[in-house]
Amino acid sequence: MVFIPHTPDEKQSMLDALGLQTEDQLFHMIPAQLQNPAIEFPPALTELEISEVMNDAAANNPASQCVSFLGGGAYAHFIPQAVSAIISRGDFSTAYTPYQPEVSQGTLQAIFEFQTMISRLTGMDACNAGVYDGASALAEGALMACRAVRKDVVLVSSSVNPHYRRVLQTYLDGPGIEVIEVPAADGATDVNALKEALSDKVAAFFVQYPNYYGVVEPLEDIAAALQDSKALLGVSANPHALGVLKTPGALGADIVTGDLQPLGISLSYGGPYAGYVACTEKYIRQLPGRLVGQTKDEDGKTGYVLTLQTREQHIRRAKATSNICTNQALCALAATVYLALMGPKGLRDAATLSVKKAHALQQALCEIEGVSLEYSQPFFHEFALRLPVPARQFIEAAKQRGLLPGIAIQDDAKLLLVCATELTKTSDIDLYKTILTEALQPTVA
Amino acid sequence: MPLDAFEPTLFELSSENEGRSWLPQDDGAELDALLPTQCLNADMPSLPIVAELDVVRHFTKLSRRNFCIESGFYPLGSCTMKYNPKICDSLASLPGFANLHPQADADMAQGTLGLMDDISDFLEQLSGMDKVTTNPCAGAHGEFCGMLLVRAYHRDQGSDRDTVLVPDSAHGTNPATAAMVGYKTLEVKSNAEGCVDLDDLKSKLNDNVAALMLTNPNTLGLFEKDILEIAKVVHDAGALLYYDGANLNAIAGVARPGDMGFDVVHINLHKTFSTPHGGGGPGAGPVGVKSHLVPYLPIPLIENNGGKYALNYESKKSIGQLSTFFGNTGIVLRAYVYMRMHGAGGIRQNSVHAVLNARYLKYKLKDLIPAEIDADNMHEFVLTLKDKKRFGDFNAMAFAKNLIDRGYHAPTVYFPLIVKEALMIEPTETESKRTLDEFAAVVADIMAEAKADPEKALHAPYTTPVRKLDEVTAARQPVLTQPCLE
Repeated sequence: MVFIPHTPDEKQSMLDALGLQTEDQLFHMIPAQLQNPAIEFPPALTELEISEVMNDAAANNPASQCVSFLGGGAYAHFIPQAVSAIISRGDFSTAYTPYQPEVSQGTLQAIFEFQTMISRLTGMDACNAGVYDGASALAEGALMACRAVRKDVVLVSSSVNPHYRRVLQTYLDGPGIEVIEVPAADGATDVNALKEALSDKVAAFFVQYPNYYGVVEPLEDIAAALQDSKALLGVSANPHALGVLKTPGALGADIVTGDLQPLGISLSYGGPYAGYVACTEKYIRQLPGRLVGQTKDEDGKTGYVLTLQTREQHIRRAKATSNICTNQALCALAATVYLALMGPKGLRDAATLSVKKAHALQQALCEIEGVSLEYSQPFFHEFALRLPVPARQFIEAAKQRGLLPGIAIQDDAKLLLVCATELTKTSDIDLYKTILTEALQPTVA
Repeated sequence: MPLDAFEPTLFELSSENEGRSWLPQDDGAELDALLPTQCLNADMPSLPIVAELDVVRHFTKLSRRNFCIESGFYPLGSCTMKYNPKICDSLASLPGFANLHPQADADMAQGTLGLMDDISDFLEQLSGMDKVTTNPCAGAHGEFCGMLLVRAYHRDQGSDRDTVLVPDSAHGTNPATAAMVGYKTLEVKSNAEGCVDLDDLKSKLNDNVAALMLTNPNTLGLFEKDILEIAKVVHDAGALLYYDGANLNAIAGVARPGDMGFDVVHINLHKTFSTPHGGGGPGAGPVGVKSHLVPYLPIPLIENNGGKYALNYESKKSIGQLSTFFGNTGIVLRAYVYMRMHGAGGIRQNSVHAVLNARYLKYKLKDLIPAEIDADNMHEFVLTLKDKKRFGDFNAMAFAKNLIDRGYHAPTVYFPLIVKEALMIEPTETESKRTLDEFAAVVADIMAEAKADPEKALHAPYTTPVRKLDEVTAARQPVLTQPCLE
């Protein structure tokens, strides 16, 4: 009885009112053979005891204390303290989906502000209030494109995060949509290959910005390549990078998706994060998930409501644009608060610093003999580094010294995906260089 | 509940100030020396500029315009709005968890992986399934995963069944999920007792049916007492039985879907295991399966090799990956804390009191508003205001708004769809007898006032920061972003 307030007398009087002698009689409709299953479970712990268990487990995650250069879809950024203070308010964290607008104006207005900020950052006309993460956002964006133009082939650049591509495959398999990968050349979409892959069956082409290798894809050339076809341009964009990069909207995107994690959301071993799906006006009614609209109340006061709900599962059921119900509202709120605190200058500074640190790191590491930058394209805060030894071998060696040097790139054993952010210190860069240099020293037999 | 009236948007609060420096300046190369100018946005991001105090004050004001569990009783059917323990949040946010990168090698993340594996074990025990994955990010995501598993299983059997059966009382997510996975849906009727009509079910089962999706207890709060027979006829037809775990809070620790014959289940951690709803997420929707569906589970799988945990992405028959990484780990950890604080006995006691509270509250309201079905309910129940002779124009929406005026959240209204003017009430186990008695008194008061002054009752709410909102115009001429303020 941890959080149950009933006294024994109260409980008895409630049972009496119902004409019951025992609590077990509450379950008389459940067949007897189903009742009282043998459940093996450790005994209940007090708050003090569970705190010890969790502190011990947290201490058993050494990666959380290492000097880390891991990116690949989740990024360690500076988060102002006020973010967690605000989202921890019970009024936000213990509220339900805002179906009753008169008592949910807080959540609704915050979502409206979120929609506005992300629309502006991406250069789109509207944005939904969240899907699960960046990968599911891309998948939902692709489904949306297919619905919008009534075609059933989606092209995706092979320079898109491999996790995203796997999730895309999972989502598009159900409705029987074909996914075709467009090869990359020198770490970016091969625009000629894209042109060749186009056909009148193609609903959309999806590309990542910056892509998995950190490369800033040539969106303008890609949009130009799509110009004569009816295929939409979908862009999975890191919103942190949009602090300095041109907006996908300005470069011709029709749908922009992405992960909000870089905007004030902690790493938390992969989640909870939140994804967004933004689009131009033409496709608003195809968006999945929640949307908030501004309106007036009976007295003419401005207020907010969930709107265009006929797209959603609770109204449209089998014909809904998605089955999504629980979105990631509190994570979207964290991103909203983060953007409000950072402001245009704060976001631009953080993105600028990320670029500078990544380039300083890349230059330092490429001074080591046998180490080189794999691609000649402009990159944002991640880059593919070619090592003279297998990347896994170096990762193992660096780990022993408290350094997480990057992610081994699957298709090439000697490639390492390395990421820096505004949190990367000059001393971290020096340490990395030292450890890599020593790891590459021929061992004296 | 003090609610502030109007609060401008952040954009309306924005100033011409230059904005704050949050980060140390760096005297390295200029940005345009590192990236080609054509990549760079010449303009600053179009975000508001607001001082920290004003940001904090803005969101504090907004938060005070929200109803939440911590401000009052939330009898929202199907949503299990129970107390969300603070300790779960604080322990799941320890730096050792919060700062753990999902791409770190498994041997550097044994703490979190061990907890994820443990909670899977607990959920297997509680649901009576053979294997649980914590990858799905929400209930609907769990449904998506579960129905992909159903499809993978049938395909592997060389069968191309194309139809999923869904009761007419089902949550909207069920048919929506079936459609996303590529299935047609057929509705199964409810009988006069509010349960699955067995004859109708049998008439719709054939070689094309892949699965029946069922919530038990169902959305009327009634336990499907024929569940063993339902399972038998479904399995005899070569179909699978899917368990929507939205209502698990009625039976957790009391009876197990796995023992009832369900092949696949999803569990809403944000309901039964009380992780905060966050104004609509994040939640988590782990999925459990019987052994014949194990080969199709999503990647990655957590492997426990004698207390050493690893992530396995190699699975030939897997339905694939569902999210960028492994789902909503931070939510899973909150649920883990909750489970460990309860143990199996505590979880069972939660179910006992959830059912006791719901039965008691229905009893307290029985002379005020009739129940749709006269049967012993479990954790929730559905009342109806459809009797025009008795209630006039006072409908479910009006009742909801009058309740809001008295400091309570509304129940779920107009759901399930088979009940006209439905009020779906779920008190949960963390509400005291006193709260329930007070609520019943308030309902009596509302019903009396609605009779005395029907016109006034129809125009509630009166006390909220905004009154009834124009949803029609909001949908016809959507304003989804703040227009640029010139």
